[in-house]
Amino acid sequence: MLSYIIRRVLQSVLVLLIVGLVAFAMFTFMGDPIDNMLGQERTQEDVDRLRARLGLDQPFVVQYVKFILSALQGNFGVSYEQGRPVAQILAERAPATLELALVSGVFALGAGIVLGVFTAIRRNGFMAQMVMTISLVGVSLPTFLIGILLIYLFSVELDWLPSFGRGEVVDLGGWTTGFLTTSGLRALILPAITLGLYQMTLIMRLVRSQMLEVLRQDYVRFARARGLPERAVLFRHALKNTMVPVITVAGLQLGSIIAFAIITETVFQWPGVGLLFINAIQFVDIPVMAAYLMLISVMFVGINLLVDLLYVAIDPRLRT
Amino acid sequence: MSLLEIKDLTVEFPTRRQRFVAVASADLVVEPGEIHGLVGESGAGKSTIGAAIMGLLEAPGRITEGEIALNGSAISGLDQDAMRALRGNRISMIFQDPLTSLNPLFTVRQQLVETILTHLDVSGEEADQRARDLLDRVGIPDPDTRLDQYPHQFSGGMRQRVVIALALCSEPEVIIADEPTTALDVAVQAQILDLIRELAEERQVGVILITHDMGVIADTTDRVTVMYQGEVVETGPTDQVIGDPQHLYSQSLIAAVPRPNEPRHRFPQISYGGRQTRFAIEDIARNWPRQDADPDTPLIKVQNLSKRFLEKRSLIPGKSTYFTAVDDVSFDIFPGEVFGIVGESGSGKSTIARLISGLHRVDGGVVHFRGQEVSDLSNKAVQAAFRQEIQMIFQDPFSSLNPRMRVDQIIAEPIHHHRLLSGSAVKTRVAELLEQVGMGAEAGFKYPHEFSGGQRQRICIARALATQPQFLICDEPTSALDVSIQAQILNILKDLQEHLGLTLLFISHDLPVVRQMCSRVAVMKNGQMVELQATEDLFARPKTEYTRELLSLMPRLDALQSSGS
Repeated sequence: MLSYIIRRVLQSVLVLLIVGLVAFAMFTFMGDPIDNMLGQERTQEDVDRLRARLGLDQPFVVQYVKFILSALQGNFGVSYEQGRPVAQILAERAPATLELALVSGVFALGAGIVLGVFTAIRRNGFMAQMVMTISLVGVSLPTFLIGILLIYLFSVELDWLPSFGRGEVVDLGGWTTGFLTTSGLRALILPAITLGLYQMTLIMRLVRSQMLEVLRQDYVRFARARGLPERAVLFRHALKNTMVPVITVAGLQLGSIIAFAIITETVFQWPGVGLLFINAIQFVDIPVMAAYLMLISVMFVGINLLVDLLYVAIDPRLRT
Repeated sequence: MSLLEIKDLTVEFPTRRQRFVAVASADLVVEPGEIHGLVGESGAGKSTIGAAIMGLLEAPGRITEGEIALNGSAISGLDQDAMRALRGNRISMIFQDPLTSLNPLFTVRQQLVETILTHLDVSGEEADQRARDLLDRVGIPDPDTRLDQYPHQFSGGMRQRVVIALALCSEPEVIIADEPTTALDVAVQAQILDLIRELAEERQVGVILITHDMGVIADTTDRVTVMYQGEVVETGPTDQVIGDPQHLYSQSLIAAVPRPNEPRHRFPQISYGGRQTRFAIEDIARNWPRQDADPDTPLIKVQNLSKRFLEKRSLIPGKSTYFTAVDDVSFDIFPGEVFGIVGESGSGKSTIARLISGLHRVDGGVVHFRGQEVSDLSNKAVQAAFRQEIQMIFQDPFSSLNPRMRVDQIIAEPIHHHRLLSGSAVKTRVAELLEQVGMGAEAGFKYPHEFSGGQRQRICIARALATQPQFLICDEPTSALDVSIQAQILNILKDLQEHLGLTLLFISHDLPVVRQMCSRVAVMKNGQMVELQATEDLFARPKTEYTRELLSLMPRLDALQSSGS
């Protein structure tokens, strides 16, 4: 068991180093930032001085090692655009994205599992068929369109919920949260649904097909033959057995919720890292882009590590 | 008044076009303490009767006529809640495969206690104590430790004991055992049957034992009911039905059971209902490339073969633990013979087959085919020629055919792979092969799921013959099939050996079958070959204690003897 964890952690570190290399390679290969930073009117001296100050005159490997070492200390350099440390900018923006991702992840997982079980056990019921049909819409419409439709319906026509921004936030020692104010919570609803809808339908369909599969298994028949109440058969014996594949997909999807929050954040003018990233691309702000890439990959790798450990917690067959 | 009485039971499954009658006016009576055998081929409606009693018929199946009464009161018309209160409480069920009937994610204690608390009004502590007692009663050593283990930590036989313990949670009056030992080894099978018999006697439980195995019926049951295509054809005391069957179907079913004592040239097949019993194997012989090998030079020479599997991986290479599946095994197989390997599951029989065919890499030792080393998988030229010469037939015809491929594609694949024929010649060969195994060329346009188990196994044989091999490995080719179908498949294999001069490696746990198929037999135990003798010598004069023990576990079919010949 311990050797399994150690092996997984080592693999994760390797993945992070490779992603770091890609992120870092951007500095070298995506145009010369010096061109962007110094305007048309520059002397060779200015260029050299800035190049030396940014450390861009050193060999590739040395720059990479330096990059990794300082990244480990949370130092991703200075934003070309804003002239402030990237870590500081990220720290301001990350809470917004993480809170949004958390809410939409919980929504996707909760609603997905409940609806998945429901549509599986009432396979031929009218409501279940309706849910399945509507879920197709959820899968096929692009995120930005769903966002715009929701804004049109709930903000413009009904005027129930705000159409942009985070509402009022409370600062908890560097972490700004929207969970503590009514307007903050209200502002979360539409973007969270927009962001989580696709994942929700995906998890729902997965839970449904897994449930249908598990309900055919002998141990479910045997549980029924022992006279166990239907509730225990479905939610104790069957549901737990559907969880391993669901966790796999849910883990990957949670990662992509964070990574692809960009579109939702753009639609709802959500002040998170996604919006930051879009701006960074427009300005070729490579330190910000590299830091964002690293942040996302740390989360992906972290979530996957967690998923692997959850497998073991759920399935005793993997423990030996 | 009997314990369980089934009168005139009819179960129907309405389909889009017609109603499929799974059970037609069946009668069955079970007394307390009695073991009542229900025997027939797959599809005969045996399990449907079991499910009907439990109220667990798969939708859209329903009871259209008749009545099931427990202790005189009808239970066939009860609603779901009332049935649930009966299930696991007054009527329990044991399923065929202990590997799949326990939930893998819960400990044995959790599953037992949950069931006990559902039916009995006891405290958690009492339930715990009862769970422990039950494990003890079904013969599981060290119940205190075992309680907190998960199903995968038990062997097959032990799991079936746990399943029985679960069925006993609330002192049921009737137990329905649906093929309870089919998935188990002979030795374990005998123990489980003994346990069921003991429990029936001790607790005066009525047991319905559903099986397709005549040996189990003969050894265990008091009365037996024979079913054929949903109908009860014969019922009576076991000795009478088996010794002197009245109905034509029962007669031919009983005659088809392989006898352990007398070798016969062919296996008797069930001809009842106009079934096909002859196949055109002789036709294949006409254009078969015969190689007149010297009968005294081994075709396959296996020397010091070993294989181990990783059991637990460790970061430090030396600390990983391994399981030795095959341990220093040597033997020769001569051209044209049928070489048998017997042994319990886990003894390494199948691993040997996989090592010879190159599906596993050998860890030690060498395999020679016609004097050429074939265990070195990196020698591509030798491998290509060798793989055309050997083919395999697997145990489970359901999972060994790709469900997404058409039958003609399946059979043509090895021909294409080895570039033996091209264009229309492939089609002709495929059609011929299908014809020869009795399927008809039109079977090629269908998909595997459209065929029964026996038909699929014939497709597998056709596929194996497609490259015109000299050596055929049959790994339990009939253990997933009914007795009647088994005879058919075994006769085809025998014909192949006789008419085409094929050499067969025949792996089985069924000793009567081995006796009639093989010329020499090797006995495996824990990865080692403990005995190797000519078949008749092995059965008459076993050299080792282990072989003697295996032979003694063969089903007692004395009663069958008189009627069979």
